[in-house]
Amino acid sequence: MATRRIEFNLATTGLDPQGRAARLPLGVADRGGVGILTGEDEPQLGGDHMLVNIGPQHPATHGVLRLVVELDGEVVVRVIPHIGYLHTGFEKLGEYRQYNQIVTLTDRMDYLAPMSNNVCLALAVEKLMGLDITERCKVLRVIACELSRIISHLVWMGTTAIDLGAFTPFLWCFQERERVYDLQEMWTGARLTTSLTRVGGLMADIPDGFESGLREFCKTFPNTLDEVDVMLTRNAIWCARLQGIGIMSAEEAINYSLSGPMLRASGVPYDVRKDRPYLDYESYDFEIPVGEHGDAYDRFLCRFEEMRQSVRILEQALDRLPDGPINVSDPRVSLPPKTAAMSDMEAMIFHFKQVMEGIETPVGEAYLPIEGPKGELGYYFVSDGTAKPVRFRVRPPAFINLASLAKMAEGHLLSDLIAINASIDIVMGEVDR
Amino acid sequence: MNPSVQALRHHFEEGGAIGRALESCGDTIVYVQASMLPRALEFLKVTPEQDYDYLVDVTAVEYRDAERPLELVYELFSLRRRAQLRVKVELDKSEDLVIDSIVPLWNAANWLEREVYDMFGVRFEGHPDLRRILMWETYSEGHPLRKDFPLRGRFSRSEQVRRALNMNPEAHYSMEELSIAQAYHELPADMRDRLARDERGKVPDPESS
Repeated sequence: MATRRIEFNLATTGLDPQGRAARLPLGVADRGGVGILTGEDEPQLGGDHMLVNIGPQHPATHGVLRLVVELDGEVVVRVIPHIGYLHTGFEKLGEYRQYNQIVTLTDRMDYLAPMSNNVCLALAVEKLMGLDITERCKVLRVIACELSRIISHLVWMGTTAIDLGAFTPFLWCFQERERVYDLQEMWTGARLTTSLTRVGGLMADIPDGFESGLREFCKTFPNTLDEVDVMLTRNAIWCARLQGIGIMSAEEAINYSLSGPMLRASGVPYDVRKDRPYLDYESYDFEIPVGEHGDAYDRFLCRFEEMRQSVRILEQALDRLPDGPINVSDPRVSLPPKTAAMSDMEAMIFHFKQVMEGIETPVGEAYLPIEGPKGELGYYFVSDGTAKPVRFRVRPPAFINLASLAKMAEGHLLSDLIAINASIDIVMGEVDR
Repeated sequence: MNPSVQALRHHFEEGGAIGRALESCGDTIVYVQASMLPRALEFLKVTPEQDYDYLVDVTAVEYRDAERPLELVYELFSLRRRAQLRVKVELDKSEDLVIDSIVPLWNAANWLEREVYDMFGVRFEGHPDLRRILMWETYSEGHPLRKDFPLRGRFSRSEQVRRALNMNPEAHYSMEELSIAQAYHELPADMRDRLARDERGKVPDPESS
């Protein structure tokens, strides 16, 4: 009986001086543990590459993403992503809708953070019209943006943990997310499809009890973050699975136009809130976390710290929340109150014209980016002077970040592909639009 | 007006390579001749005073006015200078919609140009992998974001269903993907024949089958 020795590597030889798991370069065959396989026929190892199809219905692809992977043993040689399974044609539909009707389409793009999409749309149309919104509206929109950043990052953290085998943080994250959803429901009446904004304002002011509920959330939410911190940040498995995985250098990250935490994890301190301020973000006191290794672990750290910073912004926003109207007083833009429309002739005419004809924008075009949870989320409108845009374009951060997957996954193991894909934080509604 | 426009005009003096420039809602837009686009973008990216290192977006605009040319839009941003510039190219719709790819300058353009190709039918010369991206590869109704494309699609619902049901199984993988796994030789002979004749994804005629 022939005996055959097969040597295999451990994923790591231990921790380096910085406490990061050291990775053996792929292809090193003479170190690590040794296993012994016995048998008369030698198995056919090596040789042909294998084609593995992952998705489009697979829990670890975070939606209907399909990856065709070329494998050499367990090493990924090439990834060919296929997207478009959730393509809904929002950009085409938007050309047939009035501006306020597009708000409902934006809910369904990044459905993990619908409110920041709503805000970006409203800001883009207001830029196109040269409209100044009220102070209270600005602060409320900041609250909406930061709440959606928190829930989006919570989903990301929970699902990534579950991809890598940790179940408990998922439950903690979703429990906290549920509290934000309750607040969202209190404010807009909907948990998922919020349709919060209107051109020139909001669909509703915050109700009684929202402010105290949000303050309570800001006070207790960091406790959960601390718990997750204890569970994950120094966890040996978590570090081994994420550190040194899917590295993008700063030059590469810029070359691939990554944005959001993906870009900042690579050490590029670009945040739209700081670099192209909107909604008076320059007057809030908060930090931009920046990574230095550009790997999946630094992306985790960046997102984690961003949630703490979002809480800081939320607290400041609550402290400064001014009284006053939420909508601009221009009757061509904001619907008059229902009581006025029922009793006042002029208000009724404006009401009618706005509902039937929509808001007319001047000829021109505007691109407005905001710092969405996934990265730079931009809405680009081209108007020919009518109430419907000629071109409605979304700069989808998840789409552009996902384009770098093939580059990042090359040379890693198949199981690392899952970690890399998770670290991008995609939401297919936005990728496919 | 963004001073980069002046710098562009100064650098590309010959023959109207740089067209008109205008400002809309605070953003600067500059029109560039189609043949000069890669050189103009390279100048904007590489020159230290310009330093537009971040490609924000590539997209296209078709106006409702059928006379107006199709516009390609390249949104640039300089991370260091925090400056924005929108470079536009006009393509005459009566001619072939072709332009040089800028993937050699920015890898980010890869998927963005594929999307423009998919949605508007603009071909990018020199693109490494110009396939449809949001619609499936064998989609044959046209380019959805063109103004002459009806909102509900070109084919009737029954035709769409018929095509979906008749989709060939090999259409799920591209030739390239099949060749990776050497799965090609394990396919049934008739399927290999059709692939060799480049008939992938063609819908068999209901009468003949």
